[in-house]
Amino acid sequence: MRLEPKPQPSLAETLFYPLGAIVATFAVAALLVLAAGASPFSVFALVAKGAAGSQFALLETLTRATPLIFTGLAVAVAFRARLWNIGAEAQLYIGAVVTIVLGTGALPLPAPILLPVIMLAVMAAGALLLLGPAVLKTSFGVDEVVTTLLLNFIVLLFVSMLLEGVLKDPMGLGWPQSKRVIADAQLPRLITGKRLHFGFVIAIAAAVVTWVIMKKTALGYEMRAVGHNPDAARFAGIPVNRVLMKTALLSGGLAALAGFSEVAGLKGNLTLDLSPGFGYTGIVVAMLALLNPLGVVAAAIFVAGIFVGADAMSRSAGVPSYIAEVMVATALLTMVTAIMLTRYRIRWR
Amino acid sequence: MSGFNRDMPSPEESFENAPVVLRLSGVTKRFGSLTANDAISFSVRRGEIVALLGENGAGKTTLMNILFGHYVADEGTVEAFGKELPAGDPRAALNAGIGMVHQHFTLAENMSVLENIVLGTESMWLIRFDHRAARTRIGKLANDFGLAVDPDKRVAALSVGERQRVEILKALYRDARVLILDEPTAVLTPNETEALFRTLKILVAEGLSIIFISHKLNEVMAVSDRVLVLRGGRLVGESVTSRTTRAELAQLMVGREIPPPSVAPATVGGPILTFNEVSTARTGTGTPLDKVSFSLNAGEITGLAGVSGNGQAALAALLSGIERPMSGSITIGGKPVANWSPQAALSSGIGRIPEDRHAIGTIVDMSVTENAISERYRTRFSRHGFLDWSAARSFAEEIIRDYDVKCPSPETRIRLLSGGNMQKLILGRALDSDPSIILANQPTRGLDVGAVSYVHQRLLQARERGAAILLISEDLDEILALADRIVVISKGRLSAPSARGERSVREIGELMAGHQDAALELAGAGNAA
Repeated sequence: MRLEPKPQPSLAETLFYPLGAIVATFAVAALLVLAAGASPFSVFALVAKGAAGSQFALLETLTRATPLIFTGLAVAVAFRARLWNIGAEAQLYIGAVVTIVLGTGALPLPAPILLPVIMLAVMAAGALLLLGPAVLKTSFGVDEVVTTLLLNFIVLLFVSMLLEGVLKDPMGLGWPQSKRVIADAQLPRLITGKRLHFGFVIAIAAAVVTWVIMKKTALGYEMRAVGHNPDAARFAGIPVNRVLMKTALLSGGLAALAGFSEVAGLKGNLTLDLSPGFGYTGIVVAMLALLNPLGVVAAAIFVAGIFVGADAMSRSAGVPSYIAEVMVATALLTMVTAIMLTRYRIRWR
Repeated sequence: MSGFNRDMPSPEESFENAPVVLRLSGVTKRFGSLTANDAISFSVRRGEIVALLGENGAGKTTLMNILFGHYVADEGTVEAFGKELPAGDPRAALNAGIGMVHQHFTLAENMSVLENIVLGTESMWLIRFDHRAARTRIGKLANDFGLAVDPDKRVAALSVGERQRVEILKALYRDARVLILDEPTAVLTPNETEALFRTLKILVAEGLSIIFISHKLNEVMAVSDRVLVLRGGRLVGESVTSRTTRAELAQLMVGREIPPPSVAPATVGGPILTFNEVSTARTGTGTPLDKVSFSLNAGEITGLAGVSGNGQAALAALLSGIERPMSGSITIGGKPVANWSPQAALSSGIGRIPEDRHAIGTIVDMSVTENAISERYRTRFSRHGFLDWSAARSFAEEIIRDYDVKCPSPETRIRLLSGGNMQKLILGRALDSDPSIILANQPTRGLDVGAVSYVHQRLLQARERGAAILLISEDLDEILALADRIVVISKGRLSAPSARGERSVREIGELMAGHQDAALELAGAGNAA
């Protein structure tokens, strides 16, 4: 079996294979649902209903999508320049820590000033966290996959230490959790009484800004050039290392905003289960979006919908909600295969 | 091989009696709308050297890929020794006794010659491999075919010529009866080339058959018994070598007569760029420069001749701004350069045509427009950090028009362009700003004859308007045709320059092989005495 490059995929092909990927994903999930003793169609209907079947479901999906948009953007930006940032999880937690440090009364400022100040500080912290691996990569050739991945564990343990120490809420009944942010450091809810918050708007804005950077600016051009071929980019006079630094700053900053948005918009305080792997799921989201910043929004909503829908489904149908993780993982695999198939043709002999 | 004699006056007649070892019948291969091979039929007989001549893109590589089962032909069959090869099975060709020596060697550098040769022939389940038997066999092959090479040497320590011998031994060790050599002389010195040709003659005298893929007419004329000419995927000519001429073949290759570049006498100005005792650091496997001093003069083409891997890469990297000198100084326009970088090279007025179009010269997955602006996107095509895409696009259209780049649109990915069109784009990008210095590193390698003469004309035009040009080429004919002044690089050192026609090809060849001028003079004196 071997792969032959296709000259130029037609429009039909570029649509057919991703759609086929989604169909294949549901087919695989259907087998598991059958194995769990339920009817695939009713289960999928329940997932769809749980994800978008009511105002509550839809808002819940969008709420869940918010951090995924940030981490998805962070990964998309970094991967575009072939900076393999696997550390969005760590950057998210650092963003959350900074939000707590500045948002629990340390800065007595009114909300319209306090929130932008916290956001800038959060982005700076996330940016700096990724700058380290980027510098190690460009100066010593240290593999950033390893450094960013391991930083996730270091940061999580660091957060754990803070939550047992300086950031521990004295009124928290001994739980490892921080104090709650003050009212001025909270992002407003978009609809009174619902969980969807202003972080979603910031996420959409971030996606648009990122798209503009990637498509319209010299920096975006540099990042794409470096990602496609760093040697050719260097030859053409593109400052490759500096571009990688800028990419790291942008990517780290975006991922940290996920932590800010979750704390200031939704949870109010910091706990060790703030993120059920939003940083890692961001990789899936970015890949599903083909690293397109606007596609990230759609992919994040799709992935969030599956998770939220599966939660709802498992309550009524009795099929474990782990099916969501299988579906998301399968979607990633089939989508990657689909992308390959639009570019290459398989020869079976 | 009854009655076969290499010294017979008309060898072609004796081949007619020799058995056919390889036969291609109506082989057709299409990639989308492109027909890479169009009903190609030919056969190779025992004991002959068949040259497969064609420009890049003529379909030579596709044909060989079909022969070796890497591609499956849309139509047609391949027969080896009377048996049809199953399509798409890479092992079938090998098992049938067809061996290939690739242009880029496929040797493991960290292993010995012996290990490289036996690699893949021993069973995976064998615990101990009988090295003694293998060694005896390799020794015998090497001896019989004049392929002297030390079996215990690590491949990394071998010269290019020796590596090629290992590749040939590898094929012979696998009992190859048909040997395919893809551009085998591209990396050899003239003397190594002669040695290779002697080996090839021995091989065919022993009853092997050879397919010699090349686009160098001289060599095809020198070594082959029969020539097949491919153009645009079709077999356009087939002739016994002794009954054809260089000019005839060239015309078949391009489909039209190509005039040699007419070179007007140069009006040489002062030095624009000067290297003063420049050395570079050793990086990777490349040869560094060793106290190199020379200058490039306005209105003059300086040709740098040399065998690949003797420091050309280091010199090119230095002039492109990718490397910095370790010691010594570079002066441009009378001023020593500081903070050397690709950006600095560009702003010092160096137009750069890199050796490798795919890996360095272009970003193949980006569009023509994006590649056209890559050297000037910050200075000319962006405002406040935002790119001016409409200006970029019209610039790309300008290059496409002025430099005759054939592409569907400025949005086309570079990957889909042919080598010649890619090079024209690079040429346009490099020459558009009328640089005062031009680095042309192998500017015509792998191009078809039409594109070659186009590139030559553009370089001569640049010289006309007073640019100082450094032409690095492994094709001595190209340097002899274009350069006003020739320097030879060997082991990171430069020879003294010589004016056009001052040194003979043999003298240049000696310098390429690393002999010093003085040694040459001594040898000359000895011969004269």
